[in-house]
Amino acid sequence: MKIAFPATGTDLSCLLDGRFGRAPRFLVVDSETNSYQTIENDGNADASQGAGIQSAQAVIAAGATAVVSVHFGPKAFQVFEKAGIKTLQADIAPISDLMDKFRQGVLPRMQGPDKAGHAG
Amino acid sequence: MKIAVASGKGGTGKSTFSVALALANRDRARLVDCDVEEPNAHLFLRGGESTSTPVWASVPEVDASLCDACGKCTSFCQYNALALAGSAGLMVFPELCHDCGGCILVCPNKALSERKVLRGTIESRVIDGTLELVTGRLEVGSPSAPTVIRAAIENPPALRRRVTIFDAPPGTACSFASCVHQADHCVLVTDPTPFGLHDLDLAIEAIQGMSKPFSVVINRSNGDDDLASRHCRRRGIPVLMRIPERREIAECYSNGGSLLDADPSMGERLRALLDDLHFHVSGGPIL
Amino acid sequence: MSPKEIVVLSGKGGTGKTSLTAAFATFAKKTVLADCDVDAANLHLLLTPRVTETGTFGGGHEASIREADCTSCGLCAELCRFGSVSEIDGWFGISNCEGCGVCVEFCPAKAIDWKPSVTGTWMVSDSIAGTMVHARLRPGAENSGKLASLVRKLARDQAQAQGADIVLIDGPPGIGCPAIASLTGASAALVVTEPTPSGLHDLERILDLASHFSVPARVLVNKWDLNPELTERIETLAQGKGCSVAQRLPYAKEFTQSQMAALPIPLRFPGSELAGRIEEIWKETQSWSMS
Repeated sequence: MKIAFPATGTDLSCLLDGRFGRAPRFLVVDSETNSYQTIENDGNADASQGAGIQSAQAVIAAGATAVVSVHFGPKAFQVFEKAGIKTLQADIAPISDLMDKFRQGVLPRMQGPDKAGHAG
Repeated sequence: MKIAVASGKGGTGKSTFSVALALANRDRARLVDCDVEEPNAHLFLRGGESTSTPVWASVPEVDASLCDACGKCTSFCQYNALALAGSAGLMVFPELCHDCGGCILVCPNKALSERKVLRGTIESRVIDGTLELVTGRLEVGSPSAPTVIRAAIENPPALRRRVTIFDAPPGTACSFASCVHQADHCVLVTDPTPFGLHDLDLAIEAIQGMSKPFSVVINRSNGDDDLASRHCRRRGIPVLMRIPERREIAECYSNGGSLLDADPSMGERLRALLDDLHFHVSGGPIL
Repeated sequence: MSPKEIVVLSGKGGTGKTSLTAAFATFAKKTVLADCDVDAANLHLLLTPRVTETGTFGGGHEASIREADCTSCGLCAELCRFGSVSEIDGWFGISNCEGCGVCVEFCPAKAIDWKPSVTGTWMVSDSIAGTMVHARLRPGAENSGKLASLVRKLARDQAQAQGADIVLIDGPPGIGCPAIASLTGASAALVVTEPTPSGLHDLERILDLASHFSVPARVLVNKWDLNPELTERIETLAQGKGCSVAQRLPYAKEFTQSQMAALPIPLRFPGSELAGRIEEIWKETQSWSMS
């Protein structure tokens, strides 16, 4: 299965980005092969409103079935919930470490959005 | 003739002035309160039966049986108000929607239709049978002030009057622009403080960008040598009127009274002021 | 640990919001300032900022008609829901564009350009009360809400980089886009009002907005002695809406005099009774916002 991470860099050694909708890019990692795909998020990172919604849409379109982030805004959370994508919470760490934790099944499920939305 | 009464900064006495101007000219002017975020003129102009008209906006609604998730609408929307949630299909976020209608037009499958949501209300009243007040009021939490301003300005007049006065929103952003844009002349109300002058200059820059003629009224003035008067003289800006700084005016206002209650001689001056403006805009008297 | 964001709002303009924010800033330790009143920014007039970093801000796109290619069919005017397309003697033009892109998409002659618009400038500055982030919107421009969001974000980044505990936001008047952008997700709102019918009326609307976005609010009546009776009513209303009430402030000439001197009240009138009162209000507000 494929897992998406907001990323500060472009490979698995980079850190998880603390933001979701306004992260610079996402890494979508295949849990079987450990290969990954990079989705640039530049258009959304600067959006006045709805950045989380569009980022969620991009991650879903890339085929992710789970997403790992420090925070989730209410609208992005709504999109994931409707699409049946698992939302998992993690602290900032290298993405390769988070993949290990994911495989061990120790990343907690997010119960709801923890960030207020931004209107514009 | 349409006159917008505006001010870069809030709290300069813009509404006080437009209410007094309308009261003194009630036989020939009507007042439209375009400060839809915080309409205030009705607090000083009471009475009369009110007719209320809702302002609707159209947000999209999806018919899931027709939507094939092609993504045309989501990539078209400039406001990120639509999203595809994988196999669960299209989601709409009405609170982000600016009612442009584009998604409905681009959908190749006619899967989107319009659903009405309330953005504000327009209230119209005639006070003592002579003065018409139209008030636009934005729904709390709604993003579309310009829509409600347009509806207030376009609301059919209850009385035939030569002049319409717009009480414009403060600031210099889109709400301000969408009101001033509709006027023939803009009167800027300022106070002689550094904040007032700074914001007056911003408002002037905005108005010059729209090529609108304008003039200035100085509120809480300490005479013709105060900060604002000197500033206007230096920049060659016409000053229509000075309203003196007096505690009884502030107290009268705080009790819901108008400028005319605080100083009855103001009536004649405000009539002359409107005559002058009409001459300036139309080249002749108000007939 | 993300910083607390305390936003100072007013509903109605001219209540003394900016003078008070600047005064609070002189007492606030480990604080970054954000002027989110981007339509009519005034905080810089009191805090003598020295700009250290600046950038432009694009607020989306703007449509414009290329006269040479326009066939004057009028479809753009028909489709535009914002009344931004006007016709004079068969010539079509766009002003005050909302940036929705409908006319661009559907123009049969493809005669409408779609250019990114530069609508403002943001600045990070050193000021006499610490780091402040402020901005200038191109007058008449769209998207002041978006610029306010950007100023807040830059201020949060500054606070995080400096290890500051608080972002103190000078919010815009009104309840529209920029007010929403300043309020959503803030930790607490201090609403400055005055005892006038407009003050009371606008306060109700801004408190509704704060509760709509679940931001706890505290109400401060400035110039209370102009109308003690109305002050009572305002404070009762605030309590009725579940808000806390701060100490009142009297009608004081020091507000204008400090503005004239381009200084915050506590620096223009150090040790004055008014400055002392403002310091108390700040301390109380700070501990209230932490509770």
